[in-house]
Amino acid sequence: MASTPTLEFERPIFELEKQIDELKKLAGDQQLSVAVEIEPLERKLDTLREQVYRNLSPLQRLQVARSNKRPFTLDYVRLCFTDFVELHGDRAFREDAAIVGGWARLDGETVMIIGHQRGRDTKENLKRNFGMPHPEGYRKALRLMKLAEKFQVPVFTFIDTPGAWAGLGAEERGQAEAIARNLFEMSSLATPIIATVIGEGGSGGALALGVADRVLMLENSVYSVITVEGCAAILWKDGKSPEMRHRAATALKITAPDLLDLGVIDEIVPEPAGGAHANHEVAAKALQEALIKHYEELRRYKPEKLVRKRREKYLKIGKYVE
Amino acid sequence: MAWFRKDKKARQPRRERHEIPADAWEKCEACAHTDIREKFARNLNVCPNCDYHRRLRAVEYVQLLLDDDKWEETETELRSIDALGFPDYEARLKKARTNAGETDAILTVAGTLGEMPVNLGVMDFAFMGGSMGSVVGEKIARLAQRSLERKHPLIVISASGGARMQEGVLSLMQMAKVSAVLSQLADRRIPYVSILTNPTTGGVSASYAMLGDAILAEPGAVIGFAGPRVIKQTLGQDLPEGFQTAEFLLDHGILDDVVHRKDLRQTVGRLLRHMSGKPAASAWAIT
Ligand SMILES: [Zn+2]
Repeated sequence: MASTPTLEFERPIFELEKQIDELKKLAGDQQLSVAVEIEPLERKLDTLREQVYRNLSPLQRLQVARSNKRPFTLDYVRLCFTDFVELHGDRAFREDAAIVGGWARLDGETVMIIGHQRGRDTKENLKRNFGMPHPEGYRKALRLMKLAEKFQVPVFTFIDTPGAWAGLGAEERGQAEAIARNLFEMSSLATPIIATVIGEGGSGGALALGVADRVLMLENSVYSVITVEGCAAILWKDGKSPEMRHRAATALKITAPDLLDLGVIDEIVPEPAGGAHANHEVAAKALQEALIKHYEELRRYKPEKLVRKRREKYLKIGKYVE
Repeated sequence: MAWFRKDKKARQPRRERHEIPADAWEKCEACAHTDIREKFARNLNVCPNCDYHRRLRAVEYVQLLLDDDKWEETETELRSIDALGFPDYEARLKKARTNAGETDAILTVAGTLGEMPVNLGVMDFAFMGGSMGSVVGEKIARLAQRSLERKHPLIVISASGGARMQEGVLSLMQMAKVSAVLSQLADRRIPYVSILTNPTTGGVSASYAMLGDAILAEPGAVIGFAGPRVIKQTLGQDLPEGFQTAEFLLDHGILDDVVHRKDLRQTVGRLLRHMSGKPAASAWAIT
């Protein structure tokens, strides 16, 4: 189905989709008569999608990761899990809709889900603050993790945030402490944790859901210590121009293959040709398979061993000489 | 105990300490009070007029906190590398080493505080804004490992603008790494005191700085996750007076206390003795 391209490099894909749509419309009831013409075009479309997506620059991947057409946490909850019961609030200050969570079933078994949630339109983004949590969001997440630990079920987190919220209230209520607390507690949580970066993994706000036994990244997701714009603004006094953003996106090594090379993530989950937004169901299927596979591996370990291995893994991350 | 006494073992931050004669004049950044350098130095680099806590180098905090001649530097061999091929990082590192020394953004030492063995890490803002990269993470991890092995308390003094972006996501992961090692310390009931100095922001604030069994800060220190400039941008207006200062955080329930530099050694010593089941020290060398 053709839709307006929000990503400039998708324009050729968009044009071809439009052409196919028009042919189909023209044919009306006589679909068969145009089948000969459409078939090669559809093949061409597949090839084009593959070509475009194979050669994405890091900045283009960031744009894909940020696209509001991509599946969000609640889409994956719907497509990969069943029996979702949402839980709200940090029991202290308020509900933060930038992070969602609750009980669900993966392959029939109860699990805990926690993830950043962006909004598809302006109204929902106001409610969800563009997926940028306040401290109470991290504290809700921690509450749900402890609940999962108590009832001995695994935790699945989904990372999709530009980062923590830079606002007065967030600072007053100690967002540094809230993030730090999650890193600390996740280092000790006696139940399997599998984190997946599904869109943009932005700095501390992302990591607050990201300390895990396994960290996966969707093929077109990104993970970074600072926003590309912030980095370019600090280093080159220009966070806006495409050239400087491109420079920062490339320098920061934010793509899934980069992170696999650096030993920070464990697996890249493939997306359908044309990105996860081209086909939510196919994207979700691949993710679901990966989640089940990793959970099957992790469930063999006793909680103490899991925690020990998790800590050992993080203690090894870093590059230096001596 | 006077930290301005020369210590043979200390790696001297040459620039500042030897090129300027002791009778040179200095001006307080906060109140513009002018005094001879020696006067500031005797007052632990706190302004004698307005009490503004001026920046100290890492080694000066070591001398302030630990017993004289009873400490030695650890993990002296670790060096940052440009693992990402980040533009200009090599050059920046070289410049930082020339200006601030070889310790990277943290100096780690093992010593005693009031005769109690401790491991102490002090971040150095002079080295690339105290930014946390792989070396900072590894040095703290190893220092904490020493604490684990010997059951000695850990102290970290933070001064940092956050993660070192030239190391990309590797620097972000140092937050997780240090948190992991601190959880090991917690399991073994080994006390950890975190001291926040001006400034403590970004990734450092959102990891070990906020995970102390006690969290202390120096007066006036700016502490927060998002830097004041970024918040001002989102807000589109000026920040309230005193926002993100140590006193503000104390009011908001985030710190255990704000401690004057002259009381730091004694306060930390008392806290550690409480938390490690030791009797009160009969007398402290300083008041
Ligand atoms: Zn002054």
